[in-house]
Amino acid sequence: MRLHEYQAKQVFSDAGIPTPASELAGTVDEAVAAAEEIGYPVAIKAQVHVGGRGKAGGIELVDDKAEAEEAADDILGMDLKGYTVDRVLVEEAVDFENELYVGVTMDRGEGKPVAMVSTRGGVNIEEVAEEDPDAIAREHIDPAFGMHPYQARKAVYDAGVDREIAGDVASVLTTLYQLWDDRDGADAEINPLMVTSDDDVIAADAVFNVDEDAMFRQPELQEMEEEGEFAESELERKADEYGFDYVRLSGNVGIIGNGAGLVMTTLDLVDYYGGEPANFLDVGGGAKADRIANALDMVFSDENVDSVVFNIFGGITRGDEVAKGINQALEQFDEIPKPVVVRLAGTNATEGMEILNEDLVTVEETLESAVQRAVDYAEEVEA
Amino acid sequence: MSVLVDEDSRVVVQGITGGEGKFHTEQMIEYGTNVVAGAVPGKGGQEVAGVPVYDTVAQAAEAEDADTSVVFVPPAFAGDACFEALDAPLDLVVAITEGIPTQDMARVKRAEEETDTHLVGPNCPGLITPGEAKLGILPGNIFEAGRVGLVSRSGTLTYQVVDSLTQRGIGQSTAIGIGGDPIIGTSFIEALSLFEDDPDTDAVVMCGEIGGEDEEQAAAFIDEHMSTPVAGFIAGRTAPPGKRMGHAGAIVSGSGTGTAQSKIDALESAGVPVGDTPEEVVDNVEDLL
Repeated sequence: MRLHEYQAKQVFSDAGIPTPASELAGTVDEAVAAAEEIGYPVAIKAQVHVGGRGKAGGIELVDDKAEAEEAADDILGMDLKGYTVDRVLVEEAVDFENELYVGVTMDRGEGKPVAMVSTRGGVNIEEVAEEDPDAIAREHIDPAFGMHPYQARKAVYDAGVDREIAGDVASVLTTLYQLWDDRDGADAEINPLMVTSDDDVIAADAVFNVDEDAMFRQPELQEMEEEGEFAESELERKADEYGFDYVRLSGNVGIIGNGAGLVMTTLDLVDYYGGEPANFLDVGGGAKADRIANALDMVFSDENVDSVVFNIFGGITRGDEVAKGINQALEQFDEIPKPVVVRLAGTNATEGMEILNEDLVTVEETLESAVQRAVDYAEEVEA
Repeated sequence: MSVLVDEDSRVVVQGITGGEGKFHTEQMIEYGTNVVAGAVPGKGGQEVAGVPVYDTVAQAAEAEDADTSVVFVPPAFAGDACFEALDAPLDLVVAITEGIPTQDMARVKRAEEETDTHLVGPNCPGLITPGEAKLGILPGNIFEAGRVGLVSRSGTLTYQVVDSLTQRGIGQSTAIGIGGDPIIGTSFIEALSLFEDDPDTDAVVMCGEIGGEDEEQAAAFIDEHMSTPVAGFIAGRTAPPGKRMGHAGAIVSGSGTGTAQSKIDALESAGVPVGDTPEEVVDNVEDLL
């Protein structure tokens, strides 16, 4: 789960990391009133989960009321990479001399948290990582002890941060790590961390992604997630509601399966047999009938889908529950909206095949034949 | 014959009184696994599936001489359950639970490094030595005893490949689902080295997927240290790049790794044939044997 910039800044600011004065606005009038109150120049920033907002026209710097009005009018309602902007953050424009990068994440290769500092902030840090990996100082943290203050200093000195501000930057990094640790962060980043002419540091942007699996013990962040849902697409909202791992793709063969590896393999096979996957949908482990019915509802509601392939290999998921769910979802239709191909194997697959209403679906024995059949159906619809 | 688990494994099930714990304990026993105890706080003295339940893993281990644990504890408490099993101590802990917070697992992994215990998982289907014992949720009926080892990040993909192997008459020595989470106990490299040292494993199938660099590291290990031949499969060739990769995650080690293609390239340059479909993987295994 990813917080919006304004929410991440709130969390960082509450923890003691300096952030610019700012206000959230949903209308042009609100944006102008906020700009007047903060004092020009201000930045007007679209609040959507999209990278590269600046380049895409989602951030404008304005010097007076007329410009603020125009910029807010441009940005509010605009489409940024598929997301409609309906909130902007109006923020004090900071006069800066330098831009740094500070981040904390989990290094899955090492199985440990890693704190990172670079003097090349304000740019696409992934490019820096690729072109000049040494420009980012990295310090691995022992999760049993947390970050020692010397480790923050070490990262800051290794990165070559100016001595005048090294203490402040180390303190920001220490706070960021503590926050990441306390709030079950996945990624926490400040890019840029601006350095003013008075040698103050201030977080001009803020990213905070939370480990989905830990949301149960982060009630405040849960509230923020709900409040931030204004910027989601209809299908994303549905996937969230049903709790699926769902990614919409550009093709027309709908795919439902259990387990990320098997669902990805099903996608790959659709491609291999000349079709195009419409989505990735993993129902997860141990799905019961209702969940299977929800998955079908989700895929049917994508108008690009011409056929659906169900690929379930049960371990903890049981074939009889899957079959019940498929029946339950399809029996409500007078006519099945799109052909459904089912391949069931593994735990209770035999019981499932007995329950499955074969008037409503096409049953296939193997993964390969099921995928081929679904690709054929989709081609027939397109022809 | 096998690695990590066999007919002599003495198993305690943590979370045996829960729905999944009970169902899969019954399945494990039916398969022939020597389940000797359950462990659930506050449920000591009960019996589930004919197995005595203890309040703590240490009590179960002492009373029943258990050496292995399978964890079916809900995610919020599963990290703690892993610590308990490491502390008992046991030789092998298999965490089935999906959705354990990553930071909890980082701490468990840190603790595991100080012990001699093997941790497998979490978010994995478990492991099985066909005809002897299974730990976890794998559907036993698709496996056949034989001489091909299998290691996979994805449970359901394991089943798919095993099913294809069995249909073609190729049995398995041990199959290990290592789990798909960012932080896991047993890596590809550890599993591969166990198979390399097992005289009864003639070839290994390794199933990977996009994300992380474990497959690339495994490829380097195979190249340098393995004489047992390996066949590979990588899921996610058509997955959209960057969808689930966090922003900062990509810069830890620079980009250009973690994609299906980089994994396939790494494996192929280590001499591992990578199949386009599960059936092709089985063709490759036939060629290697």
